[in-house]
Amino acid sequence: MRKNGFARHALIETLHTVQSSFGFLDDDAIRFVARSLKVPLSQAYGVATFYHHFSLKPPGKHTMTICTGTACYIKGTDKLVAAAEKRLGIPQGQTTKDGKISLMTARCVGACGRAPVVLTDGELCGQMSGEQMLEQLERWAVE
Amino acid sequence: MTIEELEQIAESVRAENAKFDHEINVCMGTGCLSQHSDQLKDALVKAVAAAGKNAFVRRTGCMGLCAAGPLVLVDPEEILYQHCNASHAETLAASLGGEPVAALQCDLREHFDQQVHVVLENSGHIDPEKIDDYIARDGYQALVKALTEMSPNEVIQQITESGLRGRGGGGYPTGLKWGTVSKASGDLKYVICNGDEGDPGAFMDRSVLESDPQRVLEGMTIAAYAVGASKGYFYVRAEYPLAVARLTNCLRDARRRGLLGNNICNTPFSFDAEIRLGAGAFVCGEETALIASIEGKRGQPKPRPPYPAVSGLWTKPTLINNVETFANIAPIVRKGGKWFAGMGSERSKGTKVFALTGKITNTGLVEVPMGISLRKIIEGIGGGVPDGHTFKAVQTGGPSGGCLPAELLDIGVSYDALVKVGAMMGSGGMIVMDDTSCMVNVARFFIEFCMTESCGKCIPCRAGTAQMHTLLTRICNGSGTMADLDLLVSLCATVKETSLCGLGQTAPNPVLSTLKYFENEYIDHIVHKRCLAGVCNIQAPAADAAELEVLA
Repeated sequence: MRKNGFARHALIETLHTVQSSFGFLDDDAIRFVARSLKVPLSQAYGVATFYHHFSLKPPGKHTMTICTGTACYIKGTDKLVAAAEKRLGIPQGQTTKDGKISLMTARCVGACGRAPVVLTDGELCGQMSGEQMLEQLERWAVE
Repeated sequence: MTIEELEQIAESVRAENAKFDHEINVCMGTGCLSQHSDQLKDALVKAVAAAGKNAFVRRTGCMGLCAAGPLVLVDPEEILYQHCNASHAETLAASLGGEPVAALQCDLREHFDQQVHVVLENSGHIDPEKIDDYIARDGYQALVKALTEMSPNEVIQQITESGLRGRGGGGYPTGLKWGTVSKASGDLKYVICNGDEGDPGAFMDRSVLESDPQRVLEGMTIAAYAVGASKGYFYVRAEYPLAVARLTNCLRDARRRGLLGNNICNTPFSFDAEIRLGAGAFVCGEETALIASIEGKRGQPKPRPPYPAVSGLWTKPTLINNVETFANIAPIVRKGGKWFAGMGSERSKGTKVFALTGKITNTGLVEVPMGISLRKIIEGIGGGVPDGHTFKAVQTGGPSGGCLPAELLDIGVSYDALVKVGAMMGSGGMIVMDDTSCMVNVARFFIEFCMTESCGKCIPCRAGTAQMHTLLTRICNGSGTMADLDLLVSLCATVKETSLCGLGQTAPNPVLSTLKYFENEYIDHIVHKRCLAGVCNIQAPAADAAELEVLA
């Protein structure tokens, strides 16, 4: 906040910083940011819920993000998503009950040349097959 | 900074490079980095030293052919190696000065020879984190020339003459836009670089920002000089961490060299730029939504007019251009508008970068002159559809574009020609589909995308896309009727005509274009209850299908 001179328009920047430090935005954090930047809480909450990048729930220990952009879709990420959902027993966008793995989808990470793409804890893996992905999930699950 | 000083820097870099017999360029764009090209680079540095060769290993940006990564280019011999990894480092180092390593060599003459590189001229040849490398390849000469020899009007004149049109999708003439902003009255004006590449399947902006960020900054600074702006913003997606890091680095270097900040090149002109991160909203690629997002609000579009050129960021006159548009500016100013106008087709000048993805052999980035036929891009440069499948359609322009069938492959790529056949240029994503893709399912995918990305401000888009999705889902799972199809067509027309911003107005395009060219697939799904591509999971028509009443 100081970097941007507590400017009101730096709301999104500030939320980015908070999220990268804590992993998600909880009520306290949003309240604090709103108060510090002197923006209405409604606006801060509105922004936090409008953009897909911000998460209001704590992420799991590991995150599997499957790209569902067009290029990846044509190369069959819908099957990857279905396989991962089946393996973890949760729909996309949720975290397993033990808090170990979150399953997310993204709208294009811009590595379409390597489709289908999966991000494992933020690391980009291209040309992913169903088996490779399930192996990774298995490794995380037994940790 | 003067032309002479630039020449001095360029000369010293060239002298430094001339000390080496070979230059080994290792691609470190996102695509190749994900295959550990950083380790490859480290291994190469060690291997070169161990082999006692006089060679320089350089990190570069994207070389385009992402399918064959990690790529290594050896200069001056211009040998391109593909699928390299750290274990090949010693073999590569040993081959320097001798015979190239045949097993790794990449021979794709056809892929590269038909391309014309203007925007990508430096990609793969310079280190994106070294400003001096850029200066050594004529960087910043255009800025110095504009500031010291040209008036703002002369710059706009050159851009108008070049016939450059906005590369973000709309194709609005850039010179005209600049002229409007420069004539707008106001003490403060802004320039925004739109790097919110939400279009899934397109990654030109990411690549340009990662490979050659200085070029974009130079173009933006020239634009600011031409329209009289003093402050600029780069709006970049948060999904592109590498691009953001390289851009941050680029701004810092430019400030150090006095090419950004107060009194640039000892002239009265001052300009500074900042980066703003997007947060994952497709609609923010729309100008007014992007401005709202920079102001720290929800990214919802506003009705136009007033256009941003008159009342934009904080109600000041604002110039918004795409990354690729700005990347074209420096060469135009350096070589003149006439040179640029000499390329391309009659009403679409210059070159365009396309991201070639999907079911195609050579996926990656290509830059071709406007007017080239789709067939040349897909079958020539792209290498055709792999694994013996047959080509079915090419989708251009992302979720707002359309799917074109094989019969239309011979049309030339230009803004007008694509709009005429129901697609659009868009930002340049080109996704190839083969016979394993079901067009109804693809249309449903795009509508689902538009449905989740709709900001919810206007009703035609918010409710219309949801209803279109319901209808398409019914057709996909075999419970659709011919009445649904008619309803879908009329709904498309309504959403197209009455939506507030570009997202809603173009959302029906994928449906309309697939209906136009692949109507038989819709009929197959509805009447014969079958999906020839085998994608859709069609069940026997359920008795309760009638209960899924479409709420209009």
